Amino acid sequence: MSAYVLRRLIQAALILLGVSILTFCLLYLLPADPARQVAGRTASVDQVERVREQLGLNLPIWQQYGRYLWNLLHGDLGRSYLQRSEVTTLIFPRVPATALLMCGAIFFELVLGLTFGLVAALKRNSALDQAIMAATFIFISMPAFLLGLLLLYFFAVHLGWFPIGGYGQFKNLILPSLSLGLLGAGWYAQQMRSTVIEVLRQDYVRTARAKGLNRLRILGLHVVPNALLPIIAMIGLDIGFFMGGAVLIESVYGWPGIGQLTWQAIQQLDIPIIMGVMLIVAFAVAMGSLIADLIAPLIDPRIKLR
Amino acid sequence: MYVLKELLRRKLAMFGLVVILLIVLAAIFAPLLAPFAPDNQLANGLTDIGEPLPPNSEFLLGTDLLGRDLLSRLIYGARASLIIGLLANGIAIAIGALIGVTAGFVRGWLGTALMRFTDLMMAFPSLLLAIVLAAIFRPSLWIVVIVISMVNWVQIARVLYTETTSLSEREYVMAERSIGASTGRILFRHILPHLVPTITVWATLGIATTVLLEAALSYLGVGVQPPTPSWGGMINENQSYFQSFPWLVFYPGIVIAILALSFNLLGNALRDILDPTLRGKH
Repeated sequence: MSAYVLRRLIQAALILLGVSILTFCLLYLLPADPARQVAGRTASVDQVERVREQLGLNLPIWQQYGRYLWNLLHGDLGRSYLQRSEVTTLIFPRVPATALLMCGAIFFELVLGLTFGLVAALKRNSALDQAIMAATFIFISMPAFLLGLLLLYFFAVHLGWFPIGGYGQFKNLILPSLSLGLLGAGWYAQQMRSTVIEVLRQDYVRTARAKGLNRLRILGLHVVPNALLPIIAMIGLDIGFFMGGAVLIESVYGWPGIGQLTWQAIQQLDIPIIMGVMLIVAFAVAMGSLIADLIAPLIDPRIKLR
Repeated sequence: MYVLKELLRRKLAMFGLVVILLIVLAAIFAPLLAPFAPDNQLANGLTDIGEPLPPNSEFLLGTDLLGRDLLSRLIYGARASLIIGLLANGIAIAIGALIGVTAGFVRGWLGTALMRFTDLMMAFPSLLLAIVLAAIFRPSLWIVVIVISMVNWVQIARVLYTETTSLSEREYVMAERSIGASTGRILFRHILPHLVPTITVWATLGIATTVLLEAALSYLGVGVQPPTPSWGGMINENQSYFQSFPWLVFYPGIVIAILALSFNLLGNALRDILDPTLRGKH
């Protein structure tokens, strides 16, 4: 177990190294000039050169990367070009907001996706099943920002049930996390439906039925736990997907999370922030899939960690 | 033939196919179908106080903030969505197939290196990477195509790698090898034909993903640039006023969703039909 975790952590570190190299190269190759961006449009060539020197952008790329990596190993993500502050002090205060948004999204995704998927599977080929499946297709085909705007328009502007934007209260959380979670709920419902149908066919379910176990216990003890396995792996992968969605949803709702910071940084070519976010997201994705893999054997003892 | 017959039996898939054909026709014949030119700021397109007109008998879907006919812009906007959907997804599939099939067929150090690179790309959040790339380069239709294909090849590469690996271990491939068949013959006669169903399914479902990704980029303003009309871009132009003039955001949004939905329905039906392991299960 601990050997397995150690090996996975080493793998995660290698992936992070790869992500940092690749992002660094991509951003280095970009046609725009960050020094010019920082110095401003009206700056003279001399001033731009001075800024370039200050930021260390005049060094060869491998030296720049070496410096970055050295600082990274000391927990330092560098300084923002434009915001005169450490990247860590910019990113970390915003982590709770985005984490909250993601938790809300995962909550809706699971509650709606699993319930509707289970119902659809149990009532297979009924009108209800078809209606649920049609709805899942609509949700997976909707751009996240459109869903955000639609929910905002009907529930906040039109009906006035929820605030239009804002942050800090429970009611602020509902619409943004619903917008982020509904798409996933569609995927989860489809996945849940097909796994439950698969599980219902298994011998152990037939045995349980034959020995007279009641329906609810069969579902709760045999069907649902087995159907959850692929879902758990999906949640691990979702974290990376949510980070992209967060950029869109946070901009629709004015949610003060990492997504907003990233979008700002992208527009201003504030490379240290972009690098920092990429690394944190890659780290979160690696941890998410590690945790998912560690949970799997708790649900299904047949799975061995190798 | 079998595929077509099966498709005709599925109502949802046929709905998808018909909608796709209609949108393709609308895009091709846009100049004949659109009641106005897409970038024409019509003199009677705004109210007296300069507000856009809601849907009415002259402008079926209303006009936008500059007094342009929304329906005409939607019809022309189909071009950008379809070009990007088909081209970006085509390139992504080509890259994915090249990397996945090579890695699965050749194996050795080259295969390992290619798959490690694929794993690395999996760790990148694709939408975030696409936004960064699209923002860095000066956005245009072609940059969007390149950016989307650069982030979307990863999954298909993984899937094709797994399939190629298992195919090249089958008895008939070994038999071919043992009688001295050339690598090219094995690849083109015995491996690639078996990959066609998977590629077809992914090509269809992938267009839905691509259309949504393009819309997201345009919505953020790093996609197709005005004056070229694009559906995501129209939402971007109009969103700050969507509380007063909601149709300016909803109509483009709905056509994006309908196009993606059609490809998803069609792709899903194709998967049911083409994947023999799923046959009879649903």
